[in-house]
Amino acid sequence: MTPDVTTAAAGTASLVQSVDWVAIAPPLIAAAVALVVLLADLFLPPSRKPLLGWMTIAGLVAALASLAPLRTGSRSTFCLTANPDACSYTVDQFAFVIQALVLGGALLTALLSVRDTKEKLPAGEFWFLLLSSAAGAALLPAARDLATLVVALEVASLPAFALVGLKRGDRLSSEAALKFFLSSVTATAVMLLGVSFVYAATGTLHLTEIATKVATVPGPLDTVAKTGVVLTLVGFAFKTAAAPFHFWVPDTYVGAPLPVAAYLSVVGKAVGFSGLILVTVVAFPSYADVWGPALAVLAALTMTIGNAAALRQSATRAHGAVRLLAWSSVGQAGYLLVPIAAAGYSSGSQVGATVAYALMYAVVNLGAFAVAALVARGKPLNRLTDYRGLYAERPLAALALAFFLLCLAGLPPGIIGLFAKVTVFSAAVNAGLGWLAVVMAVNVVVALYYYLRWTAILFRSPEAAEQPSEQPTGAARPRVPAPLTVAIALTAFVGVVLSGAPQLALHFASVTLF
Amino acid sequence: MQFLLAFIVVAPLIGAVAALLPAPPGLKGKSPDQAVLRHGVTVTGVILIAAIVLALGFDHGHPSKMQATTDIQWIPALNVHIHLGIDGISLPLLVLTALLTFLCALYSYFKMPAGPSPKAFVALLLVLESGTLATFAVLDLVLFFLAFEMVLIPMYFLIARWGGDQRAAAAWKFILYTLLGSVVMLLGLLLVGLKSGTFDMVALATDNGRGLTTSVQVIAVLAIGIGLAVKTPMFPLHSWLPDAHTAAPTVGSVLLAGVLLKMGTYGFVRIVLPIAPHGMHTFAPYLAAFAVAGIIYGSLACLALAKQGNKGDLKRLIAYSSVGHMGFVLLGISSMTPTGVNGALFANIAHGLITGLLFFLVGALKDRYGTADLDTLAGATGAALYGRAPRLGGLLAFAAVASLGLPGLAGFWGEMLAMFGAFDPAAGLSRPAYLTFVAIAAFGTLLTAAYLLVVVRRVCMGGKPAEEPRLADIQGYEFAAWSPLVALTVLAGLWPAVLLGLTDPAVQKLLAGGKS
Repeated sequence: MTPDVTTAAAGTASLVQSVDWVAIAPPLIAAAVALVVLLADLFLPPSRKPLLGWMTIAGLVAALASLAPLRTGSRSTFCLTANPDACSYTVDQFAFVIQALVLGGALLTALLSVRDTKEKLPAGEFWFLLLSSAAGAALLPAARDLATLVVALEVASLPAFALVGLKRGDRLSSEAALKFFLSSVTATAVMLLGVSFVYAATGTLHLTEIATKVATVPGPLDTVAKTGVVLTLVGFAFKTAAAPFHFWVPDTYVGAPLPVAAYLSVVGKAVGFSGLILVTVVAFPSYADVWGPALAVLAALTMTIGNAAALRQSATRAHGAVRLLAWSSVGQAGYLLVPIAAAGYSSGSQVGATVAYALMYAVVNLGAFAVAALVARGKPLNRLTDYRGLYAERPLAALALAFFLLCLAGLPPGIIGLFAKVTVFSAAVNAGLGWLAVVMAVNVVVALYYYLRWTAILFRSPEAAEQPSEQPTGAARPRVPAPLTVAIALTAFVGVVLSGAPQLALHFASVTLF
Repeated sequence: MQFLLAFIVVAPLIGAVAALLPAPPGLKGKSPDQAVLRHGVTVTGVILIAAIVLALGFDHGHPSKMQATTDIQWIPALNVHIHLGIDGISLPLLVLTALLTFLCALYSYFKMPAGPSPKAFVALLLVLESGTLATFAVLDLVLFFLAFEMVLIPMYFLIARWGGDQRAAAAWKFILYTLLGSVVMLLGLLLVGLKSGTFDMVALATDNGRGLTTSVQVIAVLAIGIGLAVKTPMFPLHSWLPDAHTAAPTVGSVLLAGVLLKMGTYGFVRIVLPIAPHGMHTFAPYLAAFAVAGIIYGSLACLALAKQGNKGDLKRLIAYSSVGHMGFVLLGISSMTPTGVNGALFANIAHGLITGLLFFLVGALKDRYGTADLDTLAGATGAALYGRAPRLGGLLAFAAVASLGLPGLAGFWGEMLAMFGAFDPAAGLSRPAYLTFVAIAAFGTLLTAAYLLVVVRRVCMGGKPAEEPRLADIQGYEFAAWSPLVALTVLAGLWPAVLLGLTDPAVQKLLAGGKS
């Protein structure tokens, strides 16, 4: 898998690596199903195309099921024959939970898109791209060398560009894809430069090896190593949509098909964050004094900019709901960065708070997108004002959306959202980052304003003027696609369960992940 | 006992969910609206009975001991326990909450505030009750924060949906102010929890701050204090209160003044005083200064509102008077003496009873006249309530006199003891400064008496215009909702030992920590 595998030929060890198929099953299944779907697309008549969607869903469920044996313990494969401690692929608690998150996120995205692929999107391409991207995203958290990491990142990102631009003939969609592509490619180039610098300075690509060697880099190469670290981090900061690299987010989300926006906001983010965690905590712990403060400033900037922009969204703007979710996801990315920054000040175990928060965020954000998709079916403009009177029209969907929004805001009854924020706060306080905790506190209040404004709109009575036109939509109402209902019900159920037993998610904040 | 306490906290939540479901057959009542309002009365009534049983079963011989305790591990990752329990400090507040919520449910059964469906109203009322009861019953810092936050959303919707003019702005102001305060409070609570290694209030109180360095205590008290001071509200942070009260429906005002404000002062007594005494020591004089400023400011604002030609709103006036009364409570707490804290707790309960009654009365006035604007009400000479609705007028005069602290009624003892405590503050606090504060607070009582008497004169007295019809006097349901408050005001005024006997041992123990 890596260039230096074959160089370790000498000695008694066999040249042939043994591959732990169970460990690599989750990304492998996703990739295999992707190829099957691509081939099947060629031979299926158009009337049978919906089958592809169900194949995808089945494949993702299988990939999720294959995670079950990896629940406990840590398994490695693709290790150097000379040095069995240096492995390219390791499934530990961290990889397990992130893989579950991205595959679950992809599954929900698939459920959201079943109807869209029948009407607007080319089915075969869509499912292939989604599965490929999911395979890359599942590979990334288990990657333990820089080459695999970059490859996984690109496998996750490249299909995503195409997914964004998939709405054929839609100017907004192609523009969004181009914007996303150009800025992402720039970041990748920067990151590759950084990786090559690190390789030049340390002579290895394995993260654990880098961690030991980077501390003892000879004097002349010290600058190269430092530059490499900074450039690598910049690349990942882009993927997480952290502050100076966030500008592509709103336009891309609005231009993309709605399920793809949901996918980007959850899986795309999880990919960026797991990469960032791996590089900072596993590979460069000795540079904690560099990336710790940098990430703290980045976190503060990201959440402030995201929330300030979300606050300024007007209720009547077209696609206001998605735009608001896009900006709020930038703000949430800021909270996710806080524990990583805290890890730079105290110890790597702080990142558990990021994992716990990401779990909560994935569930409720996908849920919010699912309800947005439901509303967008009747009101394609998807303005915030279109949500007025949703409670009168569809009480359960409105209650679910209110619950998701309050989780994002971190207020009861969204108990899991509240406790996820408490975990992040306690990571910051524990690391002595008092100022960051205060900045975050102010941001939480600002964010509450727009989440609650949206929640309040749901429960207002429908406008009187719309009452006559209510009848036709009322007649067409029962036509809610079943997969969409399942997606909303599933996220709401998981959210409620987590609220009753927050330990299920927060447990990752207290165990050793690596 | 412990199941009873858990039941009291959880049952309103279950009731809230049940309120949203359609009524089962046999309980449909005359209409869905009537059925759900009746459901609200039933649930709050059951909770009140449970609270009274709990109070009767409470071991009055040992009020300083935590009783009816439950302690279950909930979130090991954060070391959060579901730890419930009551002692002499929380028991009266628990019963007061159950009582006021029941009276509010009863009142709305007959007089539903104008607004959307009563279904959501009852559900929100019950969630609000659960949150408040939980605040007084939990013994874990994180759980306390959770309960503290739980009341925000229901109160926001109660104001924003069933309120009067300017309700949207007032509701926003309410929730943003209190949320900003409580997030800062969360930081302080986390600091205490992480530095001492436990979130358990009983263990921390027994420790009495020995596990925390002075600098940590100072920061923690500042952070927690800001959160609680917003809720109380303390003088410069009070500006959300008058707007919220003016816009809220009658029931919302009663609960806001009667119960929600108490959560702030309860937090001071339960968390700040015992857990971070050194930090509190540093800030006590400032707290006292702000408290006294609040007393004077509140009274002056009320005087200005009561003046003819200023278009003072009666609800706003009572809201400002709350700022003044809570000033006395804070003054008592800041003295850090058993006398002062006992006085503060007494004044807490008294304020809940009297101001609850006042808001009920003003709400009734507003319903009858269509306005709470004092100038419109009073006209040139006065509203002549004595002549037009003698019982209502008499009751208003009674509540006003109780509020100004007439000896023999509930308002007297709390403020007297609070000032008495501040007269001789705890060792290490500057006596001359506190003497000044007491002198200013005493002047504040004079101002309080002045504006309340002006209000009574302008509303109750005046020439009776011959042509105007008689107003409806107190109705049966109003009598039912108000008489318990009147009775308890008189009881607490004539027999203060009933309350002080409960609070005093618990306060002594809290202030002494593990030493006693």
